[in-house]
Amino acid sequence: MSTPLALGVIAGAILSGTSLLYATLGETIVERAGIVNLGLEGILLIGASTGFAVTAASGSAYLGVAAAAAAGGIANLIFGWLVVMRRANQLASGLAMMFFGIGVSALVGRPFVGAVISGLPKWRPPWLAALAWVKSTTLFNYDFLIWIAVPVAVLVWWLLFETRWGLGVRAVGESSAAAFASGRNPAVVQFQALFAGGLLGGLAGAHLSLSLTLTWAEGMTAGRGFIAIALVIFSKWHPLRAIAGALVFGGAEALQLQLQARGADISPFLLDMLPYVLTILVLLAWGGSRRHAAPAGLGRTFYGTE
Amino acid sequence: MPADAKRRVLSRFPNITSFLRYAAICVVALGVFAVVLLAAGKEPLKAYADTFHYTLANAYGFSELVVRMIPLLLTAVAVALPSRLGLINVGGEGQLYMGAWLASAGALLLPGLPVWVLLPLVTVLGFAGGAAWAAIPGLLRANKLVNETISTLLLNYVAPLIVSFFIFGPWRSAESSAYPQSAAFPDAARLPSFFNTRIHAGLFLALAALIFYWVLMDRTRWGVQMRAIGGNPEAALRLGIPVGAYVVIALAIGGGIAGLAGMGEVSGIHGRLRQGLSPGYGFTGFLISWLAGGRPLGIVLMSFLFAIITSAGDILQITQGLPYAVVNILLALLLFIVLGRNTARRTRRVHRDGSAG
Repeated sequence: MSTPLALGVIAGAILSGTSLLYATLGETIVERAGIVNLGLEGILLIGASTGFAVTAASGSAYLGVAAAAAAGGIANLIFGWLVVMRRANQLASGLAMMFFGIGVSALVGRPFVGAVISGLPKWRPPWLAALAWVKSTTLFNYDFLIWIAVPVAVLVWWLLFETRWGLGVRAVGESSAAAFASGRNPAVVQFQALFAGGLLGGLAGAHLSLSLTLTWAEGMTAGRGFIAIALVIFSKWHPLRAIAGALVFGGAEALQLQLQARGADISPFLLDMLPYVLTILVLLAWGGSRRHAAPAGLGRTFYGTE
Repeated sequence: MPADAKRRVLSRFPNITSFLRYAAICVVALGVFAVVLLAAGKEPLKAYADTFHYTLANAYGFSELVVRMIPLLLTAVAVALPSRLGLINVGGEGQLYMGAWLASAGALLLPGLPVWVLLPLVTVLGFAGGAAWAAIPGLLRANKLVNETISTLLLNYVAPLIVSFFIFGPWRSAESSAYPQSAAFPDAARLPSFFNTRIHAGLFLALAALIFYWVLMDRTRWGVQMRAIGGNPEAALRLGIPVGAYVVIALAIGGGIAGLAGMGEVSGIHGRLRQGLSPGYGFTGFLISWLAGGRPLGIVLMSFLFAIITSAGDILQITQGLPYAVVNILLALLLFIVLGRNTARRTRRVHRDGSAG
């Protein structure tokens, strides 16, 4: 391994930032519809375990990815039942979802602890592979979830800001009552947003277990769901800014791994703190400016016109 | 007694119907969880019977429930107290670890002190560790920089790493190189246990925290001001209540109480600092406080219930070969039902008032 540190960090940032990006995009859609989903951590766990279990059982990583996305979407519908249909407290419901995810993923992943999978196939465009300096690195040798990550971010931006559907989502997020008055059904919109967010959360989990670690371990998401929620604030609820955010935080994780791999004389425990501390510091630096960017109806429960 | 005060007193004691309602919720949750276990090819009825047998059917099992209740009571109060100001402290887990860490620092670095100095000192340090850890989100929130929900959540992941750093590094015990943990605490730093069980004096700390919380909230002007902040921070500020100071102090006191839970675990149970002190007590404490609506008696009852549920997790692991974490499904189901029905009641009230809350 003679890759320079900077290249290693960049390659690693893309690798571990991908999962963060999907999770952040999913939460962005949900929060744009006015809902805070603290259960994202649980969705990631469900995605990671389901993806791994289906891949190990069927031998197809693509089937695993599809199953993970579906599981994430369905799990978010349960959350939707609580916060949209039953108008339950969003924070408590989110934590309940987190517990649900911890439990379900432990149950689903249990038979597959220690299973060996080959993971998502990697692919490098031939014209890039021909370049000598690329060939010596892991750069650009990516699975399809990495290749489509930025296009998906653009797609989410387009959906939210350029389509009627996105206008509806944002209208509900700003004021359910106003959206209702203009003929939209906030509950339907929020369910759609939650399902889309769940799909993306499932993908995020799948990328962790099917590309990054190639194993399943209980609690392997290690707070990435919460980092993604912070990234939504960092990116001011904007899908394209989320790309930068995910890269920065993927970079923090990659730097930590690279330093450990290179035997840097820093305790691994101190390095492990890096992403969490960085998240808080970034939120701190962003503190003053973020309030205007948040959807006005975020976290508010719509009681309808009863 | 004025009618209003009477209602307040009555509302603190759950009557028979609400008891039956909670029992019904438990039965439904246990039923759904049984289906999940059946689907996983396990024996739910045997698991339930085992849980009953090992927890409620004999004195030792019951004592272990009380042992488990101690950190749950403390972490629940740690959430309930700041919640009266509208603060959401989801950082009990991290605060517990930091309390354990600072208490261990006292026990390990000042071993020569007599018990009447060292034990109070270790207790105070346990409180201080959690309080300092919670003061960070408090300061960030009071200055309107970072929302306390997200900062307390993130700090949960940092605190266990600090503990790991010390027990793998400077404090690693020489006698047990295979298992990373600190050296054993001197006897003077150990909380006494009672009746040949593992029930330790942390129980008194937990009860003291509950009483402190009740007195503070219901019997002092600070409590009135804190509830005023929770009701309408803007109005409280205009009334001249120092909202920022209250935010920091309430979170710090809450964190300190969670720190006592960590101190109780290391000083009362393990006698050393080690990894995995808490199987999520901090998070469970949040749910207990939330389900109890912050009422002291409710916290006691819910802690008892959650002690049984988390014991069921151990039973599942030992007798059915399932990971402990699977019991979180049962916890979640219980919450789903409570969350799902609680608001039905709120909606009815909205109907009556004729306003959309």
